[in-house]
Amino acid sequence: MDSKPFLLLQGITKKFPGVLANDRVNLELLRGEVHALLGENGAGKSTLMKVLYGFYRPDAGEILQDGQPIRIRSPQDARRFRIGMVFQDFIQIAALTVAENIALFLPDLPFLLSREKLFRRIEEIARRYDLTVDPAAPVGQLSIGERQKVELLKLLLADARALIFDEPTRSLAPHEIEGLFRVFANLRRDGYALIFITHKLQEVLAIADRITVMRRGRTVETLPGSEVTAEKLIALMFGEKEIGSPPPRKEVRREKQPPALEFRRAGSRGQGLKAALRDISLTISPGEIVGVAGVSGNGQKELGDLILGLETCAEGQKFLFGREATSWPVSQVRNQGVAFIPEDPIQMTAFPWLTVQENMAVGHISRYSRKGGLAIDWAAVRGDLDRSLKRLGFQIPSPFVPVGILSGGNVQRVTLAQETAHDPRLIIAFYPTRGLDVRSAAAAREILVSFRNSGSGVLLISEDLDELFAMSDRLIVLYRGRIAGLFTPRETTVREVGFLMTGSKEAGGS
Amino acid sequence: MIPSPDGLRVLNKIFPPGILRVCGLFFLALAAFALVLLIFGKNPIKAYIDIFGSTLGSGYGLSETLVKMIPLILTALAVAVPSRIWLINVGGEGQLYIGALFAAWGALTFPSLPAWLLIPLITVLGFLGGGLWGGLCGYLRARGWVSETISTLLLNYVAILLVSFFVFGPWKDTESANYPQTPEFSEAAVLPAFFGTRVHLGLVLALAAAALFVFFLSRTRWGLEMRAIGVNSEAARRNGIPINRYILLLLFIGGGLAGLAGMGEVSAIQGRLRPSLSPGFGYTGFLISWMAGGSPLGILAAAFLLSVVTAGGDILQMTQAIPGSVVNILMALILFVVLARRGGKGAMR
Repeated sequence: MDSKPFLLLQGITKKFPGVLANDRVNLELLRGEVHALLGENGAGKSTLMKVLYGFYRPDAGEILQDGQPIRIRSPQDARRFRIGMVFQDFIQIAALTVAENIALFLPDLPFLLSREKLFRRIEEIARRYDLTVDPAAPVGQLSIGERQKVELLKLLLADARALIFDEPTRSLAPHEIEGLFRVFANLRRDGYALIFITHKLQEVLAIADRITVMRRGRTVETLPGSEVTAEKLIALMFGEKEIGSPPPRKEVRREKQPPALEFRRAGSRGQGLKAALRDISLTISPGEIVGVAGVSGNGQKELGDLILGLETCAEGQKFLFGREATSWPVSQVRNQGVAFIPEDPIQMTAFPWLTVQENMAVGHISRYSRKGGLAIDWAAVRGDLDRSLKRLGFQIPSPFVPVGILSGGNVQRVTLAQETAHDPRLIIAFYPTRGLDVRSAAAAREILVSFRNSGSGVLLISEDLDELFAMSDRLIVLYRGRIAGLFTPRETTVREVGFLMTGSKEAGGS
Repeated sequence: MIPSPDGLRVLNKIFPPGILRVCGLFFLALAAFALVLLIFGKNPIKAYIDIFGSTLGSGYGLSETLVKMIPLILTALAVAVPSRIWLINVGGEGQLYIGALFAAWGALTFPSLPAWLLIPLITVLGFLGGGLWGGLCGYLRARGWVSETISTLLLNYVAILLVSFFVFGPWKDTESANYPQTPEFSEAAVLPAFFGTRVHLGLVLALAAAALFVFFLSRTRWGLEMRAIGVNSEAARRNGIPINRYILLLLFIGGGLAGLAGMGEVSAIQGRLRPSLSPGFGYTGFLISWMAGGSPLGILAAAFLLSVVTAGGDILQMTQAIPGSVVNILMALILFVVLARRGGKGAMR
């Protein structure tokens, strides 16, 4: 029986209007392996996993379990076939405890809950796989890493045998990633079949037994992990195109120019899920990239919004381009040339049901208003947008379509073009490369560096420590709303920053 | 989703979907109401012939339908304007009353002004009164204190009681025995009517308001910003759009439009302020706006249909000997159909 693969996907084809997301994809998943699924954005990895987990029904192809054809019509079906998925965004109820969250998910939830029995089951499995969390703690108080453990415990207690991890390392600190890989190893030992989706090659090389590379909706090749190199994987992912190394940075003369941004002991009030910022003192000079490291939820979003003026500066002072800006409204901050490049434009800065040109106009509305606001100069809007797109080397289908129907990559391009159209003097880049594939991420980094080189200040908020170390002139670590460390990248190590990020160590000297 | 056949797509081009949608919903509700009539033992076809014959079959009936449309269009716009940024204004009725109160104050205080001065004055006062009543809720909402849905609804009762206070108390007409009403307005305070009917200047105001709404929404900076807030309020904030100012302003404008409806009723129809100023125009306007999905053309269509229905209530009472309030069942059915459709769409997401 064990000779047959636990799951076998054959010839899976899934069409969306205008897109062939999966084209005769094959994937074999064995018991006791960590199988990495690798590919750039839009290569079809997520679609394939959604087919496997029953969100989509394939147009063609079949799925075999132990050699028997099965039909997965819904996530409920998938769970019945003992397939579990750890999502990027966990579906958990913050106010309930770990045990209660797990209990809600169990298929055999008894009418009367026995607390002791449930705790015992959780602890037994947690110990076995190195997933210790306090079952009585409310989920809302846990870190991202711990919540991920809860998610995994849920699946294990529900008897899943195949586990799909969709970018599980995205929000984890380095030592948490090591912990996760230990869990992977334990699960592999006990015969679980794991699918691991990621963009990060080092992680794939570190843990995967086999690697399947997808490109443009097709499986390119499946290789044993012991036989590959990073170069080989990149070649398979992108075809033969080259990936540029981080762009060259030149020294920018900054004498006599006031800093683009200066915080003097600034702080904000926390409220609900928002973190409170405390005692933030920070300067960003023109022509400088200041990186912000931290586990998400430690005040990064609030820091960006504090600069924009969306978050009120409850204490301390804020200066922009040498002028006191503590209580400027957002519109004034924006008009002074502060750009915001978000991780997910559709959520944070874009308007999906407005057209591309309307989005551009909203972003710079006072520039394009005519007759006191009674009319809008659409020709100027389109002209500026075109010029900005050309400068960045982007192409988009049309300025007249709603942004919401564009692909994720195009939305990002439109946002970049819009935000940089009028030569921003300060750029807040909020996880600008999260979820981007290697090549798009390189392009985005290149844009940031080119603006730095031409004299803009850049605040780069990111979780990718390699990126922060490569890009930043200076680096701060945010932990619980405070600056836990301020370095130049040369003075520190990824490991030290990782510890500061998770509060495992006090910053030296402060 | 079921793909729409080509015929429907062509129809969509000729009639904007707002109107189509309103008519479709209306006929669905009519069919359901026919069942109610059958249960009463009445002949629905005859009842409908009575309703439509008497409202649309004669010049007089048609003009009375138009008269009812005026406050309905305005109160529907009072809901539609704030709904562009997802504000729910349930306070049309109260804003209408306060608009009427302000207009009545103007008419009673300056009875000797000439019409060319007095009419603009009470128009402005009507708008201002409703606007302040709505703007108050806007302020409470912008400060994050009270949801506008709750405050606008509750202030309806306050507004009606406030009007009662004045007509039972300080403004009561000493000559009309014990009737709670103000003295009659001077000639100059009565809105001019057209062609010997009761159709008054308010119709022009209502149509102009609808046209201005379309213009502002589609052409101007403010319309673009409103649409942006409606699509994604977080993104709007990051782009520097002053959302709180829009909350205040749109509830002010919405309230003002309902106030104009009150001004029209008190000046052109009643000629004096009475506590029974409106048979629930504000609530019917809410229904109309939701039926039309906030589309101005749809609002015109829905206001027309619903003023036929309200007029139909009186007619059914006369010809079919059933209580006139039975049309409330029809209105409730329409609301039911509207909400059911919305719920279905929401569940699809």
